Amino acid sequence: MNFNKEFDASGLACPLPIVKTKKALADMTSGQVLRVISTDPGSVCDMAAFAEQTGNALLEQASENSKFVFYLKKA
Amino acid sequence: MATKKMALIATKGTLDMAYPPFILASTAAALGWDVQIFFTFYGLQLLRKSLDGVSISPLANPAMPMPIPMPVMVQMLPGMESMATMMMKKKMKSKGVASLQELRDVCLEADVKFVACQMTVDLFEFETSEFIKEVEYGGAATFMKFAGESDVCLFI
Repeated sequence: MNFNKEFDASGLACPLPIVKTKKALADMTSGQVLRVISTDPGSVCDMAAFAEQTGNALLEQASENSKFVFYLKKA
Repeated sequence: MATKKMALIATKGTLDMAYPPFILASTAAALGWDVQIFFTFYGLQLLRKSLDGVSISPLANPAMPMPIPMPVMVQMLPGMESMATMMMKKKMKSKGVASLQELRDVCLEADVKFVACQMTVDLFEFETSEFIKEVEYGGAATFMKFAGESDVCLFI
């Protein structure tokens, strides 16, 4: 999937992947896609909850080699 | 959709109990919530300019996982608290857990409102100059005003 920006949250624990994803989205424009990589298993549920509550759509999520990848479309 | 609100009361000043209010507040702020934390009693320690003094003790804390079993008599020895604090901070860092300072900074950047309980500030004879400048001072009525309109309200 194409994306406009990537944020690597590997090694970070709760709540940093979410808090920093929010920051990464701040300078993006509506409709742009952010790719987030995380190693925190809790971020799977957290990212879905973040997307639901902020209106930034979670387009796709996958796990690759013990890493979790998320594609968020900025609202 | 109306902005959601969360009101927290932070009453503890140890390293382990300092995390929940800052984690919840920074996360809620990231979700676009309006957040206020009322710091009272030992929670006031979390408003100091430096958070270096925030510690954890294995004493009277039997649920704290220890690398080796440690009798209470040993936990009482001088230096054990600072050693336990150092080890906990090291472990947190190695696991990618944010420092308290980092989480507090995130809260401040996100406009989380910090209110210090004036009564306990006076009780413990703290000077407002000991606290970060973003702190506001108020009492129970100040908290109730915001808490009454909140969606989530927790006592920590």
